[in-house]
Amino acid sequence: MQTVGSKEGFAKRDFAPWTDRTLRPLLRIEGVGKRFGAFTAVDRLSLDIYQGEFFALLGPSGCGKTTLLRMIAGFEQPNAGRILLDGVDLVAVPPHRRPVNMMFQSYALFPHLTVEGNVAFGLKQEGLPRSQIAERVAEMLKLVKLEEFGRRKPHELSGGQRQRVALARSLVKRPRVLLLDEPMAALDKKLRGETQFELMDLQRRLGLTFIIVTHDQSEAMMVADRIAVMDRGRLMQVAPPAEIYEQPNSRWVADFIGSVNLFEGRVGGDGTSVEGTALGRLRLAARVAAEPGAAVWVAVRPEKLRISPDQQPTPENAVAATLVDIAYLGDLSILRLRTDSGVTLQATLANTGQAALPGIGSGDRLLLSFPPEAAIVLTQ
Amino acid sequence: MSQKPRRSFLAKLVVQGPYAWLVAFFLIPFLIVLKISLSQTAIAQPPYTPVLDVSAGWRGLAGFFAGLSLDNYAFLGSDPLYFLSYMKSLEIAAVSTLLLLAIGYPIAYAMTRTPQKMQAMLVLLVILPFWTSFLIRIYAWMNILQHDGPLNRLLLALDVVREPPVWLSTNTAVYIGIVYSYLPFMVLPLYATLEKLDESLLEAAADLGCPRWKRFWLITLPLSAPGVIAGSLLCFIPAVGEFVIPDLLGGSRTAMIGQTIWTEFFANKDWPTASAVAVVLVCLLVTPIVIFQYQTMRRAERD
Repeated sequence: MQTVGSKEGFAKRDFAPWTDRTLRPLLRIEGVGKRFGAFTAVDRLSLDIYQGEFFALLGPSGCGKTTLLRMIAGFEQPNAGRILLDGVDLVAVPPHRRPVNMMFQSYALFPHLTVEGNVAFGLKQEGLPRSQIAERVAEMLKLVKLEEFGRRKPHELSGGQRQRVALARSLVKRPRVLLLDEPMAALDKKLRGETQFELMDLQRRLGLTFIIVTHDQSEAMMVADRIAVMDRGRLMQVAPPAEIYEQPNSRWVADFIGSVNLFEGRVGGDGTSVEGTALGRLRLAARVAAEPGAAVWVAVRPEKLRISPDQQPTPENAVAATLVDIAYLGDLSILRLRTDSGVTLQATLANTGQAALPGIGSGDRLLLSFPPEAAIVLTQ
Repeated sequence: MSQKPRRSFLAKLVVQGPYAWLVAFFLIPFLIVLKISLSQTAIAQPPYTPVLDVSAGWRGLAGFFAGLSLDNYAFLGSDPLYFLSYMKSLEIAAVSTLLLLAIGYPIAYAMTRTPQKMQAMLVLLVILPFWTSFLIRIYAWMNILQHDGPLNRLLLALDVVREPPVWLSTNTAVYIGIVYSYLPFMVLPLYATLEKLDESLLEAAADLGCPRWKRFWLITLPLSAPGVIAGSLLCFIPAVGEFVIPDLLGGSRTAMIGQTIWTEFFANKDWPTASAVAVVLVCLLVTPIVIFQYQTMRRAERD
């Protein structure tokens, strides 16, 4: 179920330490499990995270991603397994002695301390000289563009400013790993977008290792080098965002990340086609990793469906359908269509023209097709 | 365009009711006491002059005001008995409040650490003593603390003491009585504040390298300050004017201000002096209340 290494070419930047088998991971999670009574929050999962990586734990609520993060921070004790940082097991180390810091979803700013007091808190625990603390606090506040706000109390700041204080406070000790628990959940959409870019920039500049927990797939895809998709305490797939999207390893992941049209069928005798689907026989670009006759699913992303007037001669991997409705989203429109056999399909159109909608409307007969390369074959 | 919404009679009553209550049962009685404190003793009914006689018209009113003086306040200053009595009251109230904090804080803190289901039960236990009359509970303490009472018998049995110590008619007995009686008033506001404390703040402090005991000093204690202030005021203010506990458990040497007022009023039949003592007491106690009000307002502004 779990992809250990992943194919090169999907990494976002020229950075893919997980493909280098000789490299030792910074953080190694080894068979870690956590139960709360009869409920299994984290189901003995293993995961390697490398120095300098921006890693995202993504999943629906209750999938165990926050519990995993809290075990790394030390707020929850695992029932099984080891958490190794630089080869040293952290499980027995209390949270205040772990070289990791956490940014809380609620920010958890100390309401009785000023912005400076909040940021200085961690350094004071280290017993650094006062001048050095002041210097590093000032440096940190500059980094998050809050120089002017050092003397304010948290309640005198806006939501975005509070978020930056929380970030500065968790970064000031230069943690080996920074844990971010839904750091943008409380921001409005526009501010969230800006903050995501800033966070990426900050992570690259500081060269730190970030682990972010989020339920927002676009956020995970945007910021992370690799994403671990989780469900019910287990890892479903661990890979760079593009690989997760283009080559999901299961129907669950394909359906969870983005939208998808799924067609069930059987591998054809030639091994490069799927037969008996709702669209008939579908031709593939490559050989399927399954025996002929085995049940598989073909997934096609909505934006990869080509739409053309029905009159055209029928090419391969195509089906005629009736447009049911169009949802106009500005940058793109989502089309819902129904084939003559009653299968509902979804397609998206980029609104590149001047007109608000392409010249089509409900009830129109359209031909949907996709190239063999767009088909994703899933065996589970 | 902004027209004041017309309030119904009932709405007005709801808004102004509390004020009317305060005027009727606090302000007017206080003004009467203030007036008596400016009067002179007289062997009469009521035992002071002047008495306001509305039927005498303007002349009577002028004569009434001419008869008022600050003599009683000057008298309070001339006799050290009153000063010592105030000091004793403040001292006993202050020490009691510190003892109450020292005992009440750990209790309130422990209550917030117990499972949620148990907490309601514990709150009930804290207020359970109110089911029994206050006076009966103080009498019970008289029994416990008397020379051959249960406490001394226990101490002798455990070989803690050779001779049974004297408890009754001492300051210790007064402290025991006050701490016992006022404990719920300290525990409940502290519990209310500590219970609201955001657990993630303690986690954040731990995450930033702060060990457990330091988290208490740097996070829990400062953030429970409102509860500490509220609990302390709720105990300190009534403790200063406490009459029953020092009268029943304390000795003649521990004359608190409540007893002084009682003596002036009932034994000496000196209503004006008793009133003057009471007015000075009110002024003394208003100071901490004003400080508290200021604190609360500042906090309200902050939110």
